[in-house]
Amino acid sequence: MVPIQYYLDLSVILFTLGSLGVLIRRNAIVIFMSIELMLNAANLAFVAFSRMHQSINGQIFVFFIISVAAAEVAVGLALIVAIFRSKHNIDIDQMNSLQG
Amino acid sequence: MIADWILFLGLAFVAIVSALGMLLSKSAVYSALNLIINFVTVAIFYLILGAPFIALSQITVYAGAIMVLFLFVIMLLGAERLPIGVALPWQRPLAIVLGIVLILEAAYLLISRLGVLPAPGAVGADFGSPKAIGLALFDAYLLPFEVVSILLLVAMIGAILLSRKREREP
Repeated sequence: MVPIQYYLDLSVILFTLGSLGVLIRRNAIVIFMSIELMLNAANLAFVAFSRMHQSINGQIFVFFIISVAAAEVAVGLALIVAIFRSKHNIDIDQMNSLQG
Repeated sequence: MIADWILFLGLAFVAIVSALGMLLSKSAVYSALNLIINFVTVAIFYLILGAPFIALSQITVYAGAIMVLFLFVIMLLGAERLPIGVALPWQRPLAIVLGIVLILEAAYLLISRLGVLPAPGAVGADFGSPKAIGLALFDAYLLPFEVVSILLLVAMIGAILLSRKREREP
C-alpha cells in the first residue's frame, strides 16, 4: 500500500492544474470543467484521509460533494445556455454585464 | 509492494497528463474527453483506497451523467467553432507563476506539517461497501441526506426555469 502522503501530493497537483485552468482558459465551459477537476482533487484527499483514519465519514462527505456537484453542474450549464442565448458567445471576456 | 507503486505511479501519470490535456486542448470536446479519463483514473484510486461504493458513484455520476451533460451543452452551443477572444497578454505567465507558488506552498505545508505518513493498515472487506455507507447515511447523516434531496429538487427547478425560452416579457 502506497503511503497516504503521495495521494495527498497527487490531490494537490490536480487541484493546482484545475485552478490554472480557471485562470488561463477563456471558454466558460472549460472553466467549469476545471472547477469539476478541483472538486475531484478535494474528493481524492477526503477518501485518502478516510482510509488513513479507517473511518467511513470521509466517504460520506465525498458522497455529499458528488451530489452537490451534480446540482451545481445542472444549474451552471443552464446559466451558460441562457447567457449564450442572449450574447451568442460564452467567452468570459464578453460577460461583463449582468444585463441580458 | 512494488506492484502497488507501479499501479500508483502509472495511474498518477495518466491522471496528470489527462488533466494537462484538458487544460491545453483547443477543442472543448477534447477537453471533456480528457476529463472523463481523469475521472475514471480517480475512480480507480478510490477502489485502491477501499471505497468501492464511492468509486462506482464517481463513474456513474461524474464520468457518466455530468460529462454527458457537458458534451451535450458543448454540441448544443457549437462551442467548438466559437471565435477565440483576445486574452490579456500578461494573464498566462501570471497564472503559471501563481500556480507554481501555490504548488510550492502546498508541498511545503505537506512536508513540514505532516511529514511522511505511514502506510495505512489493512481494512476489513466491508469497509466502504454500500451497506456500510447506507448504514452511516441513514443513521448519523439522516438530516444532511434529506437536505441534499431538497437541494437536488431546487437545482432541478432552477435549471428548468433558467433554460426555458422566454415567451413574453414580464
